[in-house]
Amino acid sequence: MFGQLLSSLADGLLLGFVYGLAAMGLSLIWGVMTVINLAHGPVIALGMFTAYLLFTQAGVNPYLALFAVAALGLGLGLVIYGVAVHRVIDAPHLSTLLATFAVNMIIIGVGTAVFTTSPHNIDYSLGSLALGPITVPFTRVVAAFAALAATALLYLFLYFTRPGKAIRAVANNRMAAELMGISSTTMLALSFGLGTLLACVAGGLIATFFPFTILSGGPYELKSFVICVLGGLGNPLGALLGGLLLGGLEGLVPAFMPVSWVPVVEFGLFVLVLLLRPQGLLGAR
Amino acid sequence: MRPWSRPGFWLPLGAVFVWGLVVLLLREDTLRETTFTVMMFVGMASSLNILLGYTGYVSFGHIVFFGLGGYFGFYLLSQQGLWLLPAAVAGGLLSGLLAGLLGLAVLRLRGAYFALATIGINEAARAFVSNFGPFGGATGLFVNFQAYQAYGGAGAALWTTFIYLWLVTLAVLLVSALVQGSRFGLGLMAIREDEDAAMVMGVAAPRAKTIAFMLSAFFPGIIGTLYFFKNGNVEPGDAFQLHMSIEALVMIMLGGQGTVVGPALGAVVYQGLRGYLLTSPLFKSLHLAMAGIFLLLIVLFVPAGAVGWLRHRFPRLRKVLT
Repeated sequence: MFGQLLSSLADGLLLGFVYGLAAMGLSLIWGVMTVINLAHGPVIALGMFTAYLLFTQAGVNPYLALFAVAALGLGLGLVIYGVAVHRVIDAPHLSTLLATFAVNMIIIGVGTAVFTTSPHNIDYSLGSLALGPITVPFTRVVAAFAALAATALLYLFLYFTRPGKAIRAVANNRMAAELMGISSTTMLALSFGLGTLLACVAGGLIATFFPFTILSGGPYELKSFVICVLGGLGNPLGALLGGLLLGGLEGLVPAFMPVSWVPVVEFGLFVLVLLLRPQGLLGAR
Repeated sequence: MRPWSRPGFWLPLGAVFVWGLVVLLLREDTLRETTFTVMMFVGMASSLNILLGYTGYVSFGHIVFFGLGGYFGFYLLSQQGLWLLPAAVAGGLLSGLLAGLLGLAVLRLRGAYFALATIGINEAARAFVSNFGPFGGATGLFVNFQAYQAYGGAGAALWTTFIYLWLVTLAVLLVSALVQGSRFGLGLMAIREDEDAAMVMGVAAPRAKTIAFMLSAFFPGIIGTLYFFKNGNVEPGDAFQLHMSIEALVMIMLGGQGTVVGPALGAVVYQGLRGYLLTSPLFKSLHLAMAGIFLLLIVLFVPAGAVGWLRHRFPRLRKVLT
């Protein structure tokens, strides 16, 4: 019993890193421009399918494919920002919510027509890792490390490079940043691109161990909302901890009650945190 | 000026009244089915508009009240043997009550935080219902076919349901128009424009918001019960579809938020458009993408919706289109 609990917890925590990575994208976009990206889920799904196509059509190793997935994610984000978000960036929340949701519908619509909704999977295995009572698939360990590496890169980018600092300046005070000669439009577009990049990479990682359809991004989008609220909306590094928390919860809850209660606990916690500590468990920024 | 002395007050009510009457006179089953769907969305969009259009709070959880109220009404109807009308009203009351309780907590959040909370509530409600024993868990509930006999057979039962829905739709539009023209409605619109300023000017914002939330939640509960009774069964996946909330939002945007005619018009146009996209061979597989492009164009270029645009473009129409 105890061994089972431990391995279910390890499973959940490893998954939590990837959840955190996906949520980080959402959190970054919110933090910089207070836009909730409702196209987050389909973007994750596109990441899955890019990795899938590269693996099945070109035989690219799924982890090498992540670089291509990241490039695609960045480009996708720049396009979405330019087409759908830029015109309504200062409009009431309803406009940005609906604009990004429209993008969601477009991606899902085209994706359904191209890929259908039957499940796909990347047939790739690295064996599993056994540590005492814990046995976990090796792909999940690698995914957790990849998520950690991506987080570290994001941190280095935001704190130690000029464009990264500019993004933080725009997030802090757009007007003041513009007065200092920063082109806020470029920075907003870049941060939207980074947000979708993170989502795509998370999708590519998830694709290495779960089967998926074009609709699979939806649950991860919802989990990302929960994680962002746990970690504090607009705090990308908090998102990683929120992800771990959620992953751990998903690992632990099934030991005490039926698996189908997991969403009740998750979303109940979500609403509770929103009400009691809307700045997140860790506080924003 | 009393709201009912303007011609605009009577326009949507009269249109829906005549529309329902025509369907009742023609007595065609297919026409009734399509009208049922469209009217259901007119009711959903118009009731959501009370919160979204007048108060400016974006709710993705409108479907929760449709689902939970409908579930409760259907439970009373199928398990406790209650009649349709009291069951539907009970469903509506439960939704309203729930909105009151939720509102006390959630309406403290503003803007995007409120929108996020409503998404969370939607998911939590769905997950709760699929695990709740009396509501049949994941398989849901269904009504025994015998039960329709009490209404004079299945066919007659469907017509009765249609008449109730028609009356509910009229009631939603009436309430929406009354709210818009009242002092209470002006308070809501002040909250929409600037909540802090409204509170300084003496609008009791928390109470007004909660009442608006309850009003907008009451009708989906009734509509839900009627819809599930018509279908003969209810299951969690059917009752809590996030996309139905979104569709209601799209309808409101299409017609014009904050107006009485707008959401109703938006619902009719959207349903018509979707029917066309679903059946046309060219767009069949791409109808979702087409709807998305359409929505994007509206949001980007005509944010006030059709009615808002007309009111802006032709000031003389403002008397008629409220």
